[in-house]
Amino acid sequence: MYRYDEFDHDFVNQRVGQYRDQVERRLSGELEEDAFKPLRLMNGVYLQLHAYMLRVAIPYGTLNSKQMRRLARIARDYDKGYGHFTTRQNIQYNWPALSDTPAILEELAEVEMHAIQTSGNCIRNVSADHFAGAAADEVADPRPYAEILRQWSSNHPEYSFLPRKFKIAVTGAERDRAAIQVHDIGLHLKRNEAGELGFAVYVGGGQGRTPIIAKKIRDFLPEADLLSYTTAIMRVYNLNGRRDNKYKARIKILVHETGEADFTAQVEAEWKKLRETSLKLPDADLASIASYFAPPELQDRAEGWARIATGKKSDAGFAAWVHQNVTPHRHPDYGVVTISLKPIGGIPGDASDAQMEVVADLAERYGHDEIRVSHEQNLVLPHVALADLEIVYRALLDANLATANAGLITDIIACPGLDYCALANARSIPVAQEISERFGSLQRQQEIGELKIKISGCINACGHHHVGHIGILGVEKKGAELYQITLGGSGDEQTSIGQIIGRGFEPDKVTDAIETIVDTYMGLRLNADETFIMAYRRTGPAPYKLALYGEASKAA
Amino acid sequence: MMKVLTANRLSDGIAVWLGANGQWLENIDNALIARHEAAADALDEAGKSAFNANVVVDIALIDVDEQDGEIYPIRLRERIRATGPTIRLDLGKQADFKPASAA
Repeated sequence: MYRYDEFDHDFVNQRVGQYRDQVERRLSGELEEDAFKPLRLMNGVYLQLHAYMLRVAIPYGTLNSKQMRRLARIARDYDKGYGHFTTRQNIQYNWPALSDTPAILEELAEVEMHAIQTSGNCIRNVSADHFAGAAADEVADPRPYAEILRQWSSNHPEYSFLPRKFKIAVTGAERDRAAIQVHDIGLHLKRNEAGELGFAVYVGGGQGRTPIIAKKIRDFLPEADLLSYTTAIMRVYNLNGRRDNKYKARIKILVHETGEADFTAQVEAEWKKLRETSLKLPDADLASIASYFAPPELQDRAEGWARIATGKKSDAGFAAWVHQNVTPHRHPDYGVVTISLKPIGGIPGDASDAQMEVVADLAERYGHDEIRVSHEQNLVLPHVALADLEIVYRALLDANLATANAGLITDIIACPGLDYCALANARSIPVAQEISERFGSLQRQQEIGELKIKISGCINACGHHHVGHIGILGVEKKGAELYQITLGGSGDEQTSIGQIIGRGFEPDKVTDAIETIVDTYMGLRLNADETFIMAYRRTGPAPYKLALYGEASKAA
Repeated sequence: MMKVLTANRLSDGIAVWLGANGQWLENIDNALIARHEAAADALDEAGKSAFNANVVVDIALIDVDEQDGEIYPIRLRERIRATGPTIRLDLGKQADFKPASAA
């Protein structure tokens, strides 16, 4: 993974020093709140319902064991013993004192981490496929390009006052695990017919109050042109994006209002001026960044095949976990392990300091010192030998981290919601917990198959409800929580936005409604291979409406 | 409508409510209730001056009711601020101010 050079260290340390001074001046009264608030936000410090919240960037969701141990230590020493992994592949602490935040940032800087650009109208943490560099279906590792984008966009003066925040995601496989079509810019790394690397470029996707699927404005952009083309997009947005209305300021609105063809033409015209400038990436620079992400040297460990076969025979729990949470690695003797942060009835994405330590230890001993955070709020050990799977499983089991539910109905994404968040209108986590309890039986989950439930506590959609196969949006109606259900959303290579199925449900009726939807699916699917989303696309909403609202729904 | 004044303490962000003695309290139970407009205006003024004195941030007058002699915020958001996350009863005010008998 990328290692800071002297310049990076200096830059981050200087920033910590500046922030320490700003906090001191704020606490002494020298700086007023209006002047200080944007400064703390530039360093990831928000104010939520109960306390401040610190959002720490985990670039493209990649970290090592030393960094994970530091995250654990911060949770223990400065917070309440846990952290929350988010849909942006970051971690949030819910209880830091403002007066402690400079010390926390100093601790982070020591392990090459920071909280810069985790807030504000700038280019945020670039996200990537959490299986990058490991997945069997990958064309090339997207992270070197994410790192190039990170370096280019960090503290970039041209992009520190954008109309609105800006999110870029990169994937390197046909199977889109990074939800690139609901990002401001989505980059799909692929090879052309000549075998050269480049990107399909998607622009103007997003969720929030106006969910829009990105438009593919270029089918193949040579890799050397990554920065010149991205700059062209940013310039068109920075000049023409709306600044008069916060709710219409994202690039998705600009693309929508300008029209795809016109917008693309503007970008291409801008690009012509930029293409042969210093923004063109030299091969040497590409190679130099790529070398940081050189895959670990994986020894053949063919004994693993027999070992897991024996283990699976003797332990049904291990067998289920391997089946559900271990994904094919490009090396046949290895697997990609998803560590579920969704224990049955638990809080999606939360991990205690002790659990973080366990993951760090396992990554160091059995995982080539690599850990990933997925946008689905799980952790990943990308390179584990099949021969070591059982020992990893046992350690995870002891730490309550071995729930065999990756991709199943209890692997729910949920934003913090009204339990923590100052923007939320309704709670998300208790809804997730109740659904998780209801469908807790592993056998039942396996019968249902792949089903992604995503829950947001407000229209900002941090819980990605628009792209949930079943999406749940909490709203406040007449002073009480109410939950709207959407069906048919999907955040992969066949991205779709879920449609509202009908009137909302009170908190105590949501789980029943979800069960009705699931039962309806189970009754109408052609066979066990027809997943929920496939079946929904075949039948449309009618059978679900009928099941939820009865005959009256037909007239509606 | 009865109101109390709430904010977050500048130094640590902890939710606080203005008490009768002019102190910011970590617990809503003894918050000063404004029962008429003039009292609410006075609370508002007290909030502004505490903000200007860099003691608290995010000041808000919130609607409350009294139930069995206890202050009951009308909005769920404010009830959660006054008690803590509903999914972690070991955190927040509900844990900090648990009666000894319930410990």
